Amino acid sequence: MGLPDASGDLSSEMEVDAFRRLFPLRYFERHLSESIRPDARPLGRARDTTLALGAVASAHGSALAKIGSTTMLAAIKMEVMTPSTESPDEGSIAIDFHMPPICSPIVRPGRPAEAAPVISKQLSDTISSSGMINLKELSLVSGKAAWMAYLDIYCLDADGALFDAALLSAVAAFSHLQIPIVSLNDDGKIELVSEEDDGAKLEVEPVNKEKRKLTLSSIPYSLTCILHKNYILADPTAEEESIMETAVTVVLDSSSRLVSFYKPGGPVLAHTSAVQDCVALTRQRVKELQNILDETLSGMEID
Amino acid sequence: MESERDDGRSPSQLRPLSCARNVLHRAHGSASWSQGDTKVLAAVYGPKAGTKKNENPEKACIEVIWKPKTGQIGKQEKEFEMILKRTLQSICILTLNPNTTTSIIVQVVNDDGALLVCAINAACAALIDAGIPLKHLAVAICCCLAEGGYVILDPTKLEEQKMRGFAYLVFPNSVVSVLPKGSSHVEGEPMEHGIITSVTHGVMSVEEYLKCLERGRAASTKLSDLLRRSLQSQLPA
Repeated sequence: MGLPDASGDLSSEMEVDAFRRLFPLRYFERHLSESIRPDARPLGRARDTTLALGAVASAHGSALAKIGSTTMLAAIKMEVMTPSTESPDEGSIAIDFHMPPICSPIVRPGRPAEAAPVISKQLSDTISSSGMINLKELSLVSGKAAWMAYLDIYCLDADGALFDAALLSAVAAFSHLQIPIVSLNDDGKIELVSEEDDGAKLEVEPVNKEKRKLTLSSIPYSLTCILHKNYILADPTAEEESIMETAVTVVLDSSSRLVSFYKPGGPVLAHTSAVQDCVALTRQRVKELQNILDETLSGMEID
Repeated sequence: MESERDDGRSPSQLRPLSCARNVLHRAHGSASWSQGDTKVLAAVYGPKAGTKKNENPEKACIEVIWKPKTGQIGKQEKEFEMILKRTLQSICILTLNPNTTTSIIVQVVNDDGALLVCAINAACAALIDAGIPLKHLAVAICCCLAEGGYVILDPTKLEEQKMRGFAYLVFPNSVVSVLPKGSSHVEGEPMEHGIITSVTHGVMSVEEYLKCLERGRAASTKLSDLLRRSLQSQLPA
């Protein structure tokens, strides 16, 4: 159980930083009893979120998302490939999530982080479940050619709520995506039309001159919450996640349908009231994220 | 109107369950669990001395290895390992044997829907067989959402793929058969009604998810009775 009185006495003699390292749970609980967190946020508020589109100039679509200190860079590269025989008029998307050693002191080179394949799989499941992307839009010539979109997300700084930032950067990258113009050459193969030829006479008609952007329906937005005793903390930092282990990730789409309710175990049980509270917090967050995404997109249009 | 399922079951009828303990002789504990055609084998080795590098040495550590039926280990297997590890960590008493590692190896024998659910149930039975001290059992159930908005339980693989969405839910098993008066209640709900784990696929409305939770809870009480009876009968007299 520890020595509650001893730590109480020590806290008056010890510096705040030392108390934070030695008795992390007590430090947080002192804050929670005043309904505030160490970074002065109220329990239900997420950190400041920013989005920047077009961060990677050589990619066909890219975005940099920051939630507090957690930073994610997403980039999309498109390639033409032959569609499978079961779905001849659908393209496909391959999502990969990387955690290079720069993001956290726990990740070492050569040994991939445990969280990386899990978040990668969660992202692919969420994006395909939500139906945000209609794969038929990625088709070029039915049965012969379709687009394969490689989405790579790099975590540059891992400070909690990795899935939220990764999903936001993926959605922003797809909104920013410009599908390259292609044309059918004499051999019947699809080739890319380079931008400089526009002035000269084009020998072949481009196959997809009009359709350059994807239509995104029902965009998913997520919020991770931590359950600790009776408290629900929205958008945890890495320190909070390591001390209080029960995390719940709720993904809602723009029409408030539940895309995913993800609670992978953890010592605290989630009762119906906790489920409803988490969903309510996520609904608020969806509105905030929608505003941020719309502002960033309209900012790009003006440019 | 509730339509017929392919194998003629009613919406809340589970597939035939069978659980066998002590199936492997070298492992400290083992169990095989099958629901219909889905069959999973789980083995427990431990506690062994020492913990892995990044784990807290003041607590016991749980390690899960998931072996698929065919193919290489990929992201799907890593995700299952993580979910299983966190679920089992919440039911084991981790403070009893600090600085030890208990390994649970899950081998998929056949996958016909509700695979993760089967694996969680098999792992719990294997932990009991090994004698690892647990706070309570974890009872896993899969609820599927059909077109009409009603909930069906324990889908086969075909049903999982056809349906709009499904949820894997894990509830704690109650320690006593009849809840005494004044048992631990959290905001008017008994402890058994909280969820340990929830993984959903597909889109559903929030009310439909809450309906799944209710149906899942009702089914889990039946399932936990069955578990208690079948596991108790195999104890030595």
